[in-house]
Amino acid sequence: MPQRPPRWLGQGLSYAAIEHLPGRMIVLEGTDGVGRSTQIEMLSAWIESQGFGVVSTGWTRSALMGPTIDRAKSGHTLDARTFSLLYAADFADRLELQILPALRAGFVVVADRYVYTAFARDAVRGADPGWVRELFGFALEPDLVIYMDIDIDVLMPRILNGKGCTYWESGMDLKLADSIYDNCVEYQNRVLGEFRRMVDEFGFDVVNASGTRENTQRAIRRRVQKLLKEMAAERA
Amino acid sequence: MPLHDYVTPHPYPGKLIIVEGIDGSGKSTQLDLLRKYLESEGHPVHFTEWNSSALVKDTTKKGKKQKSLTPTTFSILHCCDFAERLAYSIIPPLKGGMIVLADRYMYTAFARDVARGVSREWVRGMYSFAPKPDIAYYFQITPEVSVERILTGRPQLKYYEAGLDVMDTDDPVESFGLFQGAIVNEYDAMVDEFGLTVIDGTRPIYTQQQEMRAIMAEKLGDYLTRSVPPRRGSTARRRTPAKASTAKRPTAASTKAAK
Repeated sequence: MPQRPPRWLGQGLSYAAIEHLPGRMIVLEGTDGVGRSTQIEMLSAWIESQGFGVVSTGWTRSALMGPTIDRAKSGHTLDARTFSLLYAADFADRLELQILPALRAGFVVVADRYVYTAFARDAVRGADPGWVRELFGFALEPDLVIYMDIDIDVLMPRILNGKGCTYWESGMDLKLADSIYDNCVEYQNRVLGEFRRMVDEFGFDVVNASGTRENTQRAIRRRVQKLLKEMAAERA
Repeated sequence: MPLHDYVTPHPYPGKLIIVEGIDGSGKSTQLDLLRKYLESEGHPVHFTEWNSSALVKDTTKKGKKQKSLTPTTFSILHCCDFAERLAYSIIPPLKGGMIVLADRYMYTAFARDVARGVSREWVRGMYSFAPKPDIAYYFQITPEVSVERILTGRPQLKYYEAGLDVMDTDDPVESFGLFQGAIVNEYDAMVDEFGLTVIDGTRPIYTQQQEMRAIMAEKLGDYLTRSVPPRRGSTARRRTPAKASTAKRPTAASTKAAK
């Protein structure tokens, strides 16, 4: 089965070639506390056990921008647009120096969050959806986007047992409610709404993440299996 | 293409004056002279400079040191810096009725980033939130003049400054000339696209400054007569009667503090 040619999400990078990318990119999307990192850890180990090299990458994790973004977050002073741009710089750095080279070398790239996170967060903050989509138009379209959906009632205990209702994960900058808990619920509800709106727009594969981690992992592997078979066939 | 903010006049009571041009074009010297003139006339002035926000500057420095900045990352980082300065150093003084003087503006990105290989349309879209300047002076010189001026008294060109990351040569001087040439081409094409006011950057400093002031007087005449706060005990300098709009003018102390 021939691989569908790699595509840019928008305008792309005029100076980067993507004709030959033997690797595959899998994105796990979902809101804060949904369990992405646990699932990615299990998934990566499984893909490696099948004999494929894995490179993992994550939102804000570039060496260049990571510390800058942490510093910006601790200050609570930046406006939403500057934040979007900081995320875009982080993403551009990882795309060109990490993701594309790994795909050229035939790795499976597993991404913890992708540009859809920026789209969701910006939409909740009232930014122009056209601007942020155009900004991230240089992104490569992933081969598979698994969106981990969850009910807010299941999500809230996970957030509280994890990092807790932190300033940004609670959307405190938006001043939606008087108490941090109520603000967090309202913010997460809005983020979930934006992700769900994007399911059709970008063709997400939806996995229900409200159940046990094992059930969620099984559902994710079922979707990834097809890609791995394709890759194995190409290499046969 | 969506309608960009920078195509229509901004809604603020202040005025935005910016200078553009390649390295060595004399734009910073001229802006500094204009600033001193405006201040001596008693106008509330705020100055801001390209790539100067603390947060982004350190990051750019790190990337430059490691020579790891790709054209797109480089471009977005400059826009981060711009967005932060816009929110803190450009829009508030414009809202407060001040004159904002900016050493370089989005046209620098449109010229330099495109010369580095990023798409013209994409970089324009990224800056679509920028307010349109009231006057955009473009100091025009040839790449040859730039090379001559920059190399005088500067022993070494820096890696990114010389465009060594994108030009097909390892010789810094040759690369710098080629890179400046590519930037000049972009700037020259923007004169009509954005209505830049061209100043011949090869003429004497004094002559250029006179021309700048004359253009400013013509374009901002009404604002300039209104914006001078009344001097204590004398209204002789004012050419029009005081209006209520002077009530919220920043004091000289707060203007100084803002620098």
